[in-house]
Amino acid sequence: MLKRLKNPTGYFILGGLAIFLVVQILLSAGILNNFWRGIIFWGAAITMVTLGLNLIFGFNGQFSLGQYGFYAIGAYGAADVTYRWVHEDPSGVVVVFFGLWLSLLLYALVSVLLRRFYGITVMTKFTAYLLATILAFWVAVKVLLPVLGPVTMTLLGALPEAVSQQIVFFIALLGGAGLAGIVSFIFGIPVLELGSDYFGIATLSFTIIIKVLLDNTDTLLPFPEMKGARGMIGIPQWTTWPWVFGTFMLVVVVMRNLLHSSSGRTILAVREDERAAELVGIDVNWAKILPFVMGSIFAGLAGGIRAHDMAFLHPQSFNFIQSFNPLIIVVFGGLGSMTGTILTGFIWIFLLEGLLRLYLPSGFETWRFVVYPLILLLMMLLRSEGLFGEYELPFLRRSALPLRRKVASEESEEVA
Amino acid sequence: MSILEIKDLYVSYGAIRALHGISFHVEEGEIVTLIGANGAGKSTTLRTISGLLRPDRGEILYDGEEITRLGGDAIVRRRLIQVPEGRRIFAPLTVLENLEMGAFTRDDKREVQASMEWVFELFPRLKERLEQAGGTLSGGEQQMLAVARALMAKPRVLLMDEPSMGLAPILVEEIFEVIEEINEQGVTILLVEQNAQMALSVAHRGYVLETGSIQLEGLSAELARNPQVREAYLGGG
Ligand SMILES: Nc1ncnc2c1ncn2[C@@H]1O[C@H](COP(=O)(O)OP(=O)(O)OP(=O)(O)O)[C@@H](O)[C@H]1O
Ligand SMILES: [Mg+2]
Repeated sequence: MLKRLKNPTGYFILGGLAIFLVVQILLSAGILNNFWRGIIFWGAAITMVTLGLNLIFGFNGQFSLGQYGFYAIGAYGAADVTYRWVHEDPSGVVVVFFGLWLSLLLYALVSVLLRRFYGITVMTKFTAYLLATILAFWVAVKVLLPVLGPVTMTLLGALPEAVSQQIVFFIALLGGAGLAGIVSFIFGIPVLELGSDYFGIATLSFTIIIKVLLDNTDTLLPFPEMKGARGMIGIPQWTTWPWVFGTFMLVVVVMRNLLHSSSGRTILAVREDERAAELVGIDVNWAKILPFVMGSIFAGLAGGIRAHDMAFLHPQSFNFIQSFNPLIIVVFGGLGSMTGTILTGFIWIFLLEGLLRLYLPSGFETWRFVVYPLILLLMMLLRSEGLFGEYELPFLRRSALPLRRKVASEESEEVA
Repeated sequence: MSILEIKDLYVSYGAIRALHGISFHVEEGEIVTLIGANGAGKSTTLRTISGLLRPDRGEILYDGEEITRLGGDAIVRRRLIQVPEGRRIFAPLTVLENLEMGAFTRDDKREVQASMEWVFELFPRLKERLEQAGGTLSGGEQQMLAVARALMAKPRVLLMDEPSMGLAPILVEEIFEVIEEINEQGVTILLVEQNAQMALSVAHRGYVLETGSIQLEGLSAELARNPQVREAYLGGG
């Protein structure tokens, strides 16, 4: 037993457990106050968002500024579910939960259907999946909700509140992450065909659109409880350390396993050379959609966690300029290094939102987006491979296909 | 039935039409060469067959099946493999990893190992450089790696786009010997070449492509004797 634990996986599990217990004890004993508790949770959330970005940009080579858009979708999505629930309204739970599964079901149908035709254009594909999504949620709202709403209310109501609350929170997190996944999937179909530079611009626009929509949730969209630009209040504060730790570990393990699988190879191969990847038989579209959707799901999940810690959401926190945060972190930690992202993500929040906020004058706020880019610039000049380069913890290290190596050749950009 | 049959293929890049209705066929076990000047549309033809480009019109039949609108990955899975022009190897990956990527669509581990052995026999040089990053190989070695990687997919038909490009004469000889060797092992080859002399010396039949249309076709020996071909592609005389 002990011997079996002595491999990287064993160390990883033991280390994780140790961290979990230490933090839990420090929190329970009140040694870490609410401020630092918030910092740890925030660090975990930002790190999840950034791991997602690393998957999309670092490992797959698709430059994205969309992470905060998906972070926002996850946050508002999950918050709406729990908000409605604590206001005796099961609609969020029912619609999100069944809408998600219905969408997945319809996607499977659509993909089987599309495979029967030759030469489907991107726009056809996009339209088909979009219609499937709309249909799924229409059914969830119009057909399932009237029936299942009361049932859900009774069923969950019969449970002790502590239990039903955890179930609702679970569905809310799943829903937020799932919505982010769905939106990224639909958005990614046409946009990932564009190539990395245009993809960057498209995802930037996406983040801006989401922000504008959030500013107008009460006027343009039928979500008065989100209160538009005034900010959403009254979100239950349900995020606890076990939830933070659990979701965080889930993200790390899922991402690690994805990268170590044969899909992981395709993800990396596409980054290295899309054309060459296609020529060895890789489905390039899929190898770009998959990490994009996964990375967005990570961001959405982080959003749900963050929303239920802050208990308050404001569109301003999802401003596009914020979406440079994960970008800076991922470059700092090293593109294509999970370990680097994890360490840098926590250190970033710990230093900038923790220590500096305590000890620096409040005017620092105004200057941060002058300071960060400068630091980033310095970083690019002095250590372009990131603080941790390609170092990975043994558990996260892959043996099969290593990460980007320095190549001394100048002619890798020849065009076929 | 031909293993590869191209029927009346039209291909454009935006508004520019690169192929104006070409038709040709390749029989199983043959080496067929497509020769033509720069910009004639040779690479375009190969890219369309391997699913990287979509034709405006026309049909591509592979072993009787229409593959005209299949994606590149689906075509690779049918063992119709392209060696791209200009050494499109994975520069940051080692030689070994490049070869492994070549076998991406196969899950028969043993046979992959056998292909690997075969590839090392054909290109002993690669075996000496297994751990070297592909991008740091010399141009000739990269060309070999590109061919070797394609062979790792266990092709039935190999589409080769200018395998001799940029190679020293002695390496050109070597690569053409390898092409014949591969063909003797049962792989059908469609070979695109600027080096018409060499191409015609290994191929069974050939087609001459000029600005997107096929101008001439015939047995290699006939083409090599044809005054037009000699004038345009074999340096006169
Ligand atoms: N990506 C592209 N966009 C626009 N036009 C292109 C593109 N690729 C090729 N062409 C044009 O299509 C025509 C055929 O090009 P192709 O690459 O097939 O020629 P080729 O016969 O392979 O030439 P070479 O021997 O120089 O490789 C040329 O006129 C070329 O300019
Ligand atoms: Mg060419």
